Amino acid sequence: MKIAISSAGGSMDALVSEQFGRCAYFIVVDSETMKFEPISNSAAGIMGGAGPEAARQIAKAGVTVVLTGSVGPNAKSALDSAGIKIVSGVSGSITVKQAVEEYLKK
Amino acid sequence: MIISVASGKGGTGKTTVAVNLALSIIQNVRFLDCDVEEPNAHLFLKPKIQKTEPVNIPVPVVDETKCNYCGKCSEICEYHAIAVLPKSVMVFEQLCHGCGGCVILCPEKAIKEKNRKIGIIREGICKNEIKFIDGLLNISEPMSPPIIKAVKKRAEEQNSKRAEVVTIIDAPPGTSCPVIESIKGSDYCILVTEPTPFGLNDLILAVEVLRKLKIPFGVAINRSDIGDEEVDKYCHKENIPILMKIPFDRKIAEAYSKGIPLVENLPEYKRHFQELFTKIKNSL
Repeated sequence: MKIAISSAGGSMDALVSEQFGRCAYFIVVDSETMKFEPISNSAAGIMGGAGPEAARQIAKAGVTVVLTGSVGPNAKSALDSAGIKIVSGVSGSITVKQAVEEYLKK
Repeated sequence: MIISVASGKGGTGKTTVAVNLALSIIQNVRFLDCDVEEPNAHLFLKPKIQKTEPVNIPVPVVDETKCNYCGKCSEICEYHAIAVLPKSVMVFEQLCHGCGGCVILCPEKAIKEKNRKIGIIREGICKNEIKFIDGLLNISEPMSPPIIKAVKKRAEEQNSKRAEVVTIIDAPPGTSCPVIESIKGSDYCILVTEPTPFGLNDLILAVEVLRKLKIPFGVAINRSDIGDEEVDKYCHKENIPILMKIPFDRKIAEAYSKGIPLVENLPEYKRHFQELFTKIKNSL
């Protein structure tokens, strides 16, 4: 399964971003191999509609779970429609790697 | 002639100036309240509303039986109102500006438009034969320019002989799209401000906008005897005419709070507003 984590930087050691739509990167992690791929979030700086645009990007990457701080209403309906599970409430004080490990433990 | 009344800062007295100017001019007057997010000129002018019309914007409807999820509609949408996901398309109607680009571009002809009501315009007549039009944006709608456009269009339809009628436009505060939409096409713009650091800061922003739009303008200072001298100094330095000063007066505030126009409560102001109008006419 592919997990996307909203992140402040482009690596597994970067801190989680609590913002979904306007985070700097999404780190897409393959839970089988733990290999990761950063996606620079093109929605980070746009004027409006960042949530759906961010959702579109990770849906395209084949993600099925997203770990993030909070998700806005438009982003939520786009993620729901794309069948992506939302795990919100992840703290911005931990790294992407920690967030993935914690999620997989559950 | 079209005179708009604007301000950078909110609550400086745009409606007071606009309404009282309209009531003081001895000529055919039309009043447009373009502050469609919170129109309040009607509280003072008390128009008899004769006609109410809905304002719609066209938004896309996607026929998913025809859609092949190519994503072209989503790519050209500047406002990201359409999101094409791997197996579905979502339209975020409140983000849509109604440009129709997605409809034209869709190779599968899968997109049609439907009307979405975002507010209304109201048309009526006040005493002194002032023609009145205002707009009202529905609560929770984020976009006011389509309503402002509808107000201005209705005014144009009423009378094509622009020279014979003085149109007074009460603009929304600020310096963004709704303000531009309201004041563009004006022959003159009155910027209402107050002699405070906030008033000055936002006046400077509004001046930049007007210079860019190349609309002649002057300043009216409300509550002119409180605050500091900085607005005066700024106008002097920038060669901006100060058209009028309205002092801080409890009587003005009391009339305002009851919805009584200033010129009705303190008739001596009629002359001041007539002078304001003369100054504007002479400067054009």
